[in-house]
Amino acid sequence: MPGMNHLITYTGLGVAAWMFLVGLYGIVTSRHLVHLCLCLTVVQASTYVLLTVIGYRPGLPAPIFTDWVQAGSLAVDPVVQALMLTDVVVEATVVALLLAITVKIHKRTGSTDPAAINVMRG
Amino acid sequence: MNRPLREIFFFAGAIGFALLWTAVSVRLPGPADLRDRYSLAILARTFPERNITDTVSAVNFDYRGFDTVGEEFILFASVLGSMVLLRQAEEKNAKPLPDAITPGRDVGPSDAMRLWILAMVGVKIAFGIYIVDHGQLSPGGGFQGGVILASAALIIYLGHNFDTFKRIMTHPLVEIAEAAGAAGFVIVGMIAWFWHQPFLTNTLPMGKSNEMTSGGTIPIISASVGIEVAGGFVLLLFAFLQETLTVEEEH
Repeated sequence: MPGMNHLITYTGLGVAAWMFLVGLYGIVTSRHLVHLCLCLTVVQASTYVLLTVIGYRPGLPAPIFTDWVQAGSLAVDPVVQALMLTDVVVEATVVALLLAITVKIHKRTGSTDPAAINVMRG
Repeated sequence: MNRPLREIFFFAGAIGFALLWTAVSVRLPGPADLRDRYSLAILARTFPERNITDTVSAVNFDYRGFDTVGEEFILFASVLGSMVLLRQAEEKNAKPLPDAITPGRDVGPSDAMRLWILAMVGVKIAFGIYIVDHGQLSPGGGFQGGVILASAALIIYLGHNFDTFKRIMTHPLVEIAEAAGAAGFVIVGMIAWFWHQPFLTNTLPMGKSNEMTSGGTIPIISASVGIEVAGGFVLLLFAFLQETLTVEEEH
């Protein structure tokens, strides 16, 4: 059913763009550094949606061969899934690093408002 | 820049982005075109070449293994950075809070719950190891299993077994695991050099399909990644929980 396939693809692409913009809006207007870090994860999550949509093939199973999925048969794209699963874990540690920086900024300046912090102060 | 001006800038950019995105989306090649060929090759060749059934693990730890080395060192570097930033808090000798999650509450969980949580730690570790070492056969692998292993340490903290928690967290083996896991990937990659093959070539015997030993270097790399991810997340957990334990004293 090609119509359904296109609907799913375009909906997914739209959702990815929407998540990207919503996250970016949060970053632009953020008043708290922790909020800013979380908005960054929303932006990053949009890439997962995008990759899922790109790898999607209608009606095909996950790319793991079992008794029901014969070895070598068609499945959804395994390459984008591999991209995502490393990224989910790596993203978590990168967010941890950003939060550690946030803790340090709060200790040094006493503020978590991105606009109120003069980062270049010695 | 003040807030209304920022929002005007954002919406101008957002409209431009939306227009470009729509234009790009409409022109994307269909599923039958170029963007599929690489995945078709992977799907067709994973089982005959590597004797493993999880193609995602094959991409991660073998076919695109070099990219995963890069990913793994991003992880290593960010854990290291967080540790460097948060470690200085130790000097201040602050009195730890009894309960960092709910500071006002001084009643811990019951003995029955603490005991139950300790019993669950074993189940959790067993499940984590299962996910790590079956990555080549079923959904799983080092990245996912490593996080499950690290959460076993967190559940000890949630059960108020603080002494046990601290003993596990400050154990030198955690840092060694983190470093050895990162190094293990590269060392396994260098095995190929003995056969005069490029870095990360899968030169070990592929084993029998549907067995844990299948896949040559894939299960070894997966285990090394699992050790590194588990070590890294345990280090991060301790760095942050230590920070919450001492932050009350600052004010």
